[in-house]
Amino acid sequence: MSSHPSLGELAAQIDDGALIAVPPEYSFVPMALVRALIARGARDLHVLAVPIGGMAVDMLVGAGCAAVVEAAAVSLGEAGPAPRFTEAVENGRITMRDSTCPAIHTALQASEKGVPFMPLGGVIGSDVIAHRDDWRVIDDPMQKGGGPILLLPAIKPDVAIFHSPMADRDGNVWIGRRRELMTMAHAAKQTFVTVEQITDDDLLADEDTAGSTLPALYVSAVAEAREGCKPLGLTGHYEADRAAIGSYAEAARTEEGFRAYLEQAGLDAPGMAAE
Amino acid sequence: MSYSSEEFLICVIARLLDDPVVRHVAVGAASPIPGCAALLARELSSGRVRASIIHGNANNPFTDGGRELFDCAGQGRIDVFFLGGAQIDGEANINLVGTGDYPDVKRRFPGSFGSAFMYFVVPKVILFRPEHSRRVFVPKVDFVSAPGVSEPGVTRPGGPKALLTELCLMSFDATARRFRLNSVHPGHTLEEVRDNTGFDFEVPDNVSETPEPESDRLEMLRSRIAGEIGKTYPAFASRVFDEAAA
Repeated sequence: MSSHPSLGELAAQIDDGALIAVPPEYSFVPMALVRALIARGARDLHVLAVPIGGMAVDMLVGAGCAAVVEAAAVSLGEAGPAPRFTEAVENGRITMRDSTCPAIHTALQASEKGVPFMPLGGVIGSDVIAHRDDWRVIDDPMQKGGGPILLLPAIKPDVAIFHSPMADRDGNVWIGRRRELMTMAHAAKQTFVTVEQITDDDLLADEDTAGSTLPALYVSAVAEAREGCKPLGLTGHYEADRAAIGSYAEAARTEEGFRAYLEQAGLDAPGMAAE
Repeated sequence: MSYSSEEFLICVIARLLDDPVVRHVAVGAASPIPGCAALLARELSSGRVRASIIHGNANNPFTDGGRELFDCAGQGRIDVFFLGGAQIDGEANINLVGTGDYPDVKRRFPGSFGSAFMYFVVPKVILFRPEHSRRVFVPKVDFVSAPGVSEPGVTRPGGPKALLTELCLMSFDATARRFRLNSVHPGHTLEEVRDNTGFDFEVPDNVSETPEPESDRLEMLRSRIAGEIGKTYPAFASRVFDEAAA
């Protein structure tokens, strides 16, 4: 990997209508790239939260970038409900595909292995199944009388996105213990990563970093974005800015407040203006 | 010894964890009270009980990504987990999705999280929902995120065992598909529980009062657990324990 695209160039490579996988609030959320997607006026995205969505999902929904959200839950955590997501679902402005955490992990693992589906225990009798016409319940074929078991089709995201503390010159990306990012990247057709810094060290040459590194094999592009998770936190680098997240939660309670928030952040949200 | 409502609930949960079959208690995100109870149970057992708090890195042992909690539970390595519900009904069905006729919901909640799996595989699920009202405890949930009981033939080693609210402690009998009142908290009455519960439940002849927190446990909470939970929930720790210590 010789040259690094800018944030805007990265956002331009994510097509309208793409299925994009976004990590959960505690795991390297690429907020700067999300803002770049809003700025470029992305449309009709199918946003897959892995497995829970937060501020990134809420902003993409609010800015009119998302047509479909698939998640086990969407929430701002201690800052309360995700206001734009909640409003959009209550008013039928997006399609919500309700799931449950291990179902999303498992469906990505199916893609990781290149198999068409994977079984998952539990869930039988949940209304989540009743509203998923892509899921199947069959009798356990391996064990007579083993009872019903849920099958989940593989989820193959068009793009996985996340932000990491560092990548090396070859495009290997450090992920630490956040190994859902590994699964996302293995499963996705393309993975776009933003990083705090590009290091001259070879992350795969050192045994201390090799085991916590996503190899460049799975990485399509890396862009530098200092403080790319803010206002969310990046473990070991900066804490989540609770006050800033709280201000967002407050502002985004109304469409007008959300619009003002975007304007203040220098985003004109063409997706929203087109509504 | 005076105590806060949080300290009271922590001590009630700690008693539910004082059980030889409990080796590993896991606590999901945004659950400081169950988190304190798990840490207290670890302390009381001199470290025999493992406490895993899935919220940040402190007391979180998992290194294989978001799926590891569920894989670990699926293997039977987690004995206790906590779930809540925007709505909970008399058959222990829980709804974390929304009210109204799904998908045309009237009010949308965050979503089912991992409940549809954890309710099946963790042997002792404790339903923890402080708000005790007819808004929460409904005759029938509008959406079943996870069912309280399953038909015969469904593999289900786990399920609900207890329900703790700000008014009372109940246990759940999966065979009878019914909650049973165990005890009413000090300062509250059976009538109050009945008035605020939208479903029928079994009431024993003599309803006991939930014991108050043991003073040695309160001391342990304030001296040792406060700092430990503060690594995960600093705002909660300073609000609950700094005031208690003052």
